[in-house]
Amino acid sequence: MKAFTVSKAVTALMLAGLVLLPLYSHLSGNIFILTLFTRIVILALAAASLNLIMGFGGMMSFGHAAYLGIGGYAVGMLAQEGVGSGFIQFPVALAASALYALVIGALSLRTRGVYFIMITLAFAQMAYYVASGLARYGGDDGLTVYKRSDFSGLIDLGNRTQFYYLCLACLFGVIFLIWRIVNSRFGLVVQGLRSNEQRMQAIGFPAKRYQLVCFVISGTMCGLAGALLANNTDFVSPAVMYWTRSGDLMVMVILGGMGTLFGPVMGAVVFLLLEEFLSQITEYWALIMGPLLLLIVLFGRGGIMGMLGRAGRG
Amino acid sequence: MLLVVEQFLNGLQFGLLLFLLAAGLTLVFGIMDLVNLAHGSLYMMGAYFAATFAAWTGSFLLGALLALGATLVLGIVLEMSALRHLYGRDHLDHVLATFGLILFFNEAVRLIWGPAGLALPLPVWLTVPVPILPGIHYPAYRLAIIAVALLVALLLYLGVMRTRIGMLIRAGASNREMIGALGINIKLLYTLVFGLGAALAGLAGLMQAPILTVQIGMGENILILAFVIIVIGGIGSIRGAFLAAIFVGMIDTLGRAFLPNLLRQVLSGAAASTAAPALSSMLIYLLMAIVLVVRPEGLFPANRR
Repeated sequence: MKAFTVSKAVTALMLAGLVLLPLYSHLSGNIFILTLFTRIVILALAAASLNLIMGFGGMMSFGHAAYLGIGGYAVGMLAQEGVGSGFIQFPVALAASALYALVIGALSLRTRGVYFIMITLAFAQMAYYVASGLARYGGDDGLTVYKRSDFSGLIDLGNRTQFYYLCLACLFGVIFLIWRIVNSRFGLVVQGLRSNEQRMQAIGFPAKRYQLVCFVISGTMCGLAGALLANNTDFVSPAVMYWTRSGDLMVMVILGGMGTLFGPVMGAVVFLLLEEFLSQITEYWALIMGPLLLLIVLFGRGGIMGMLGRAGRG
Repeated sequence: MLLVVEQFLNGLQFGLLLFLLAAGLTLVFGIMDLVNLAHGSLYMMGAYFAATFAAWTGSFLLGALLALGATLVLGIVLEMSALRHLYGRDHLDHVLATFGLILFFNEAVRLIWGPAGLALPLPVWLTVPVPILPGIHYPAYRLAIIAVALLVALLLYLGVMRTRIGMLIRAGASNREMIGALGINIKLLYTLVFGLGAALAGLAGLMQAPILTVQIGMGENILILAFVIIVIGGIGSIRGAFLAAIFVGMIDTLGRAFLPNLLRQVLSGAAASTAAPALSSMLIYLLMAIVLVVRPEGLFPANRR
């Protein structure tokens, strides 16, 4: 066991808070906070999946919101066509995300640096326009999901508490998976590629293949977040894939601390709570949020996790 | 025939407008190595400034000139106060910081001008259709945009290729440490380049303003197009940006104009009319994807490092 540190203590506190939140919500009768945190947990899951390729793999995807849409549309479209079972909807959502990630990953990974950022962005915009063109499924206006995924009595997504815990379990599961991946041989190779691709290739690792697999895993995880998000809002629209949503996800990852296990969760919690809090005190919340992001970039290297780490040493 | 010529000119006009935006972006990117997502905000500010100043002065031209100056100043202030500190940092930091600036600008505009859009009315002498070919008329204002943008492109080319400042800019793009060591005030140079880029974005915004409504978020869609252009053209290359901008402008405009009819010949009417808008919006992204797959560095890479 490593020594006690500030960042670990804060992480543990945050996780305990997430687990105990429904209790607080029931005791205080504040239902809104549970709805808010369900959204936060789902987006934390998306941010964690982005962190896998961005933080550990060094692949700066600016189109990650596309998976949110693909996962969401898989659920929405199947529900529309009368397939209500979650046992079909969720695997389809994951498979569709994986397939999309495989195709765009294979193309995008031919480029690097800013070109990679831009090509992933371009593909996400394409997905956005495809969704806008789906007249049968609402087009621009989006698609209402009238019935949440049905897990035949196993778990009831209509129940707020059960749904919250499902999302939280998915988040913890994904983080556990990322932890195992990062510490596996595969994960070490991917991290090695982030540091020095040429050297890794010289040792004999097929760089692109490793990166592509990592990219697909990340996209699949985010597809899960998309399927949950559609269930949470009972609605899916092209807007979830818009490029500013991808930007939001990036902000969460960087804000929390890129390349740390729990940083993205922290980032999602802080970003979305800040958005909620600021929008309550002023209608013009972005006026404060924007410069705040700038200041975080300028002075807060390594995000919240980085700052906590420094505070611990300081 | 009429429609073809008209759409062709529309495509050219849109492409040239995109070039103004992309030129600033590619200069800033090529020279300072800065990814500036807030470039679209400068475009938006140009349009808002123009609408406001034109209403104050009662003259479109005067308003446009004042707006151009205002965006230049805004760009310089922005560079000196915030973006200067981002040079040499990771591209991801740029994306995040300038993403924050977009939020800020959108909200500031909502606070100052309100959520409703503004209109920038044209003077009468610019609204008349001009005969360009026997029997074919084209709006004078759109012709004016083409003329102004071509002139600016020419000046930019001459400025970068034939003047001392242009030489320094090119030198800065290929090796910034070296020209700093040669005693050039690189900070000032960077500020100037950023201001120039901002003014170009403002010019694009104020020229587009009478055609579209001046509204919040108008810079974001077009910013993505500008990024597509500089990526297709090769980052840092003005020539690449010019050609790619014309190309993208043409494809986008012609795609929107003619794709529905083309599709209707293959698909059923209903399917074609739903698929066409989505497909024509996708065309340029498809183009970019193809270009990047075939030539990962863009069509005209400025400098191979």
